[in-house]
Amino acid sequence: MNYLKVIFFFLVLFNFNELKADNENLKNQITKNLRCLICQGQSVYDSDSEFANSLKVVVEEKLNDGFSEEQIYLFLKDKYGEWILYDPELNINTYILWLLPILLFLIGGAIIFKSFIFTKK
Amino acid sequence: MRSKFFPFILILIFIIIFLFFYKGLSNYNIYTPNINVEKDIPLFSANLFESNVEVNSKEFFDPKKLYLLNIWSSWCVPCRDEHALLMDLSKNKNITLIGLNYKDRPDNAKNFLNELGNPYSQILVDETGTKAIEWGAFGVPETFLIYKNKVIKKYIGPLNQQLLVEIKSLIK
Amino acid sequence: MLSSTIGYYSLILGLCSSIIIFYFSIINYQDKILDTKILSFTFLQLFFVIISFLSLVLSFINSDFSNETVFNNSHTTKPLFYKISGTWGNHEGSLLLWQLVLTLFIFIFLLKSDNQSKQYRILTLLFQEIIIIGFFIFIIKTSNPFNYIYPIPKQGLGLNPILQDPALAIHPPILYVGYVGSSIIFSSVLAATILNIISREWASHIKKWVLVSWIFLSLGILFGSIWAYYELGWGGFWFWDPVENVSLMPWLALTALLHCIIVLEKKIVLTSWVVILSITTFTLSMCGTFLVRSGILNSVHSFANDPERGLYILIFLFSLIFLSIFIYFFFHKQNIKNNNNFFWLSKETSILINNWFMMYFLSVVLIGTIYPIFLEVISSQKISVGPPFYHKLIIPFLFPFLLAMAIGPNLKWVKSNMENKVNLILFFVLSIFVSGFVLKNLDQKFLINTVLLSSAFYLFFITIRDLFTKNFKNFSQNVAHFGFSLLILSILLNNFFSSEIIINLKVGESFENNKTKIIFNDIVQNKQKNYVSIIGNFTVENFDGKIDNLKPELRIYNQPNIITSEADIKTSFLSDKFMVMNSVQNQEYFNIRYQVKPFMIWIWISVVLICFGGLISFFKKKNEK
Repeated sequence: MNYLKVIFFFLVLFNFNELKADNENLKNQITKNLRCLICQGQSVYDSDSEFANSLKVVVEEKLNDGFSEEQIYLFLKDKYGEWILYDPELNINTYILWLLPILLFLIGGAIIFKSFIFTKK
Repeated sequence: MRSKFFPFILILIFIIIFLFFYKGLSNYNIYTPNINVEKDIPLFSANLFESNVEVNSKEFFDPKKLYLLNIWSSWCVPCRDEHALLMDLSKNKNITLIGLNYKDRPDNAKNFLNELGNPYSQILVDETGTKAIEWGAFGVPETFLIYKNKVIKKYIGPLNQQLLVEIKSLIK
Repeated sequence: MLSSTIGYYSLILGLCSSIIIFYFSIINYQDKILDTKILSFTFLQLFFVIISFLSLVLSFINSDFSNETVFNNSHTTKPLFYKISGTWGNHEGSLLLWQLVLTLFIFIFLLKSDNQSKQYRILTLLFQEIIIIGFFIFIIKTSNPFNYIYPIPKQGLGLNPILQDPALAIHPPILYVGYVGSSIIFSSVLAATILNIISREWASHIKKWVLVSWIFLSLGILFGSIWAYYELGWGGFWFWDPVENVSLMPWLALTALLHCIIVLEKKIVLTSWVVILSITTFTLSMCGTFLVRSGILNSVHSFANDPERGLYILIFLFSLIFLSIFIYFFFHKQNIKNNNNFFWLSKETSILINNWFMMYFLSVVLIGTIYPIFLEVISSQKISVGPPFYHKLIIPFLFPFLLAMAIGPNLKWVKSNMENKVNLILFFVLSIFVSGFVLKNLDQKFLINTVLLSSAFYLFFITIRDLFTKNFKNFSQNVAHFGFSLLILSILLNNFFSSEIIINLKVGESFENNKTKIIFNDIVQNKQKNYVSIIGNFTVENFDGKIDNLKPELRIYNQPNIITSEADIKTSFLSDKFMVMNSVQNQEYFNIRYQVKPFMIWIWISVVLICFGGLISFFKKKNEK
C-alpha cells in the first residue's frame, strides 16, 4: 500500500508539467518560470522592466522558430546561468533540495506508524 | 544510549546551519554574471543603423580583428558618461568599435551621436532588446571585447578610466 | 527634534525597566506571591515603548527631517495617512512596532494568567524579558529610529509608492501580532517544561494564545496577499517569494500546533511534540526576521539591508535555539504512563496525519527558501527556487491531505469504527462526478487536475454536510475547515478558468478575439498631490453582451521618482475582471493586460472564514466534551 502510494506520488510528480497549450499560453508559462534578473525576486512574466519585456519577445520569437520549452530554458541557462530558471533542475547540486523534503516525509510517516499506531501495549 | 547523543548531534547540526547563514551574509543577493568566461559570439542577424542592411553576426565579425561591442542607448544616462571614453578609444587603430543601439528611436540616437560624436565604425540596431539578450546582457550599458569570434571580456555598467587602461593593455 | 530626543530616551528607559524586571523576577522566584512591583514595571516598560513609538509617529506627522528615519522614508507631500503608516513601513520603525507588541503582550499575559501558578508566570516573564532585552539592544545598537541628521534636510526621500496602500498600511501591525504572539507561546512552553506542568489545564490556557497568534498571522498573510494581488503583480496573489514563505512557515507550524493542543486538551499525549512545535514556531518567526532584514535573500519585499543587523539577529536567534535545546533535553520528562498508542481509525490519528503533512509542507517551504543560500556558500553557484518547485512538491500531496481533512473530524476520539461511514464514500463518488463535469467543460484531461479537484470538492461537500448536521457541536472547527475547503476550491478553479489577454494598444485602437473586445477610448491626465496620474479609459465587451468600463492607472510619483501601475479591478461574486496598463520605453502604445479571474473574491472570503473559525474557538467558554 505504502509502496503504491510512493509510486503514485512520483508518477504524478513527473507528469505534472506536461501541459499542452498554444503558443501564447506556453509563452506565459515559460516567462512565469523565468526570473527577471534585474528585479528583486519577480518573474519575467510579472515584471515590466526593459529586460523582462525584451525577454518576453525573445521567448515568443524562439517559440515561433520552433524551439521547445526545454530548448528555451537551455538557451537562457547558457546565456545567464541557472539563476534565471525558477524551476531548478535535478542535478548533483539540487539532489538535497528535491529529495530531502520527500525523505523527511517518509521518515515522519515511519515514526508516526511505528510509535503511535502499530505498537501494541 | 541514543538519546544521550541526540542533543549533541542536534547542537552540531544547528552550529553548522549557523555557520552557513554566517557565511551567507556576505554573499551578494543580486544577479552577478560570470564575466570571465570565454564564449562564442552569438548567432543573430541585425540591421545596420545607417543603411538598414541586414547583416549576420558570423559574417560581420572578422576573426582576425579585435572588436569592442558596446550596448548603448540615447535614453541611458550612464551611456552619456562613458561616451567620452569610447571616443578616446576609437582613435586607437587596433580595435574596432561596434555599437548596439538598444531600444532606441533612430532620431534620438542620431541626435545623441551628433551631439557627442560617433565612436563606432558600425552600429547595429536592436529595436526590441532581443539582440542584447543573445549577447547575455541584461541592461545598458554593457561592453564586450571580441577576438577570434569569442567574447574574451565583458564589462557591465559604464566604463571608467581604469577599465579603459585595462582595455588598452589588452589591445597590446 | 524634541520628539526624537524623547523617543530615544524612552527607549533607553524601556531597556532599563526590562533589566529591572529581569532582576526582580529572579529575586521573586522563590516567593509565594507575585511581587506587585513586577507588574508595575512591566507596565512602565510598555509605557516607555508606547511613548517612544508615539514620538516617532509624531516625527513622521510633522515631517521632522532632522530624524534620519523620517528623512529616508517620508516627504511633505505625502498624505497624512501614509505619513503615519510610513512609521512602520521601514526597518527601524517596524522594529519599534515589533517591540511595542512584545511589551504589550507580556503585560496582557501577566494580567490574564493570575489563575496559573506563580512560578510559571515568573518563568514565562523571564524568558520573555530575554527576548525583549535582546530586541531593545538590537534597536538601540543597530537600528536606532531616532538618529539625527545635521544639517537638517529641507525635504525627505519619500516612501516607496508601492507601499503607499491601505492594505499594506495595516498588514505589518497585524502580522507582527501573529509573530510576537508566538513568542509568548515559546516562553510559556519553556517555563512549563522546566516546571514539568505540561497538562490538560496548561493546554487550554495556552490554546488562547495559540489562537490569537494564529488568527492574526492568517489575517496578516491575507492582507499581504490582497496587496500583492492588486499592486505588485499581474493578478497573482502568491508568488512563493522568500518573504512570503517566511510568513507561511510559522503559520504552518502554528496550525500544526493548534491541532496538537486540541489533542493535549483531551489527554496527556504528544507532550514532547507540542514543546518542539512551540519552539519551532517562534524560531521560524525569528528566522523570518533574520532572513528579511539581513538582506540575505533576493525578494520583492526586502528591507534596506545591513549585514551588521543580520549578524546580530543571527547570533540572537541561535542563542535562543541553543537555550531551548538545553531546556528541552535537561528538563523535559517523558511521562512514563504516557499512552502514545492510538487506534488507527481515530481522531488522534487523523490529527497526527495533519501534523505529518503540515511538517512536510513546512519542510518544502523551508528547504526551498534557504537551500539557495546554502548552495551558494558551498559551491558559489546561484540557483533560483521558484513557484514550479513548490507546486511540484506540494500539489501531489494535497490529495491525501484533503481526504484526511475531510474524514478526520468525522472520527471519534480514541476509537472509531467503519459503520456509518458509507455516506463518506458516497460523497466521494459524488465529488468525482462533479469535478469530472467541471473539467469536461474545459477539456482539461489531466488526471492530476481531476484528482485534485475531486478531493477539494470532497472536503467541500463533507464540511458543508457537517456544518448542518452537527448541531453546532464543533462549530469553530467546522467553519475553519469549511473555509479551508473553499480556499483550495477557489484557488483551483481560479487557476483552471483564468484567462488573459496581453496586447499593445495605442489610444483609440481596439482589439477583438472570439470572446472579448477591448476598446482603448482615451487617456486622462490628472495632477495629484504627490503624483501625476494617467488614467486609461477602456471598454470591454464580452461575447455575452456585457459591457465593462475599466480604468487602469499609471502613477508617476515625484518623490521618489517611480512609476507604478494601479490595476483596475471589477469584482463580482463569480469573477474578477482585472486590467492593468504599462508604458513601454520609447513607444506610443501601452502594454495592456486584461484578465478574467473567476472566484477571486472567494479566496479572500475563505481566509476570513478560517480566521472566523479561530475566533469562535477563542470565545468558546467551555470545550466540547
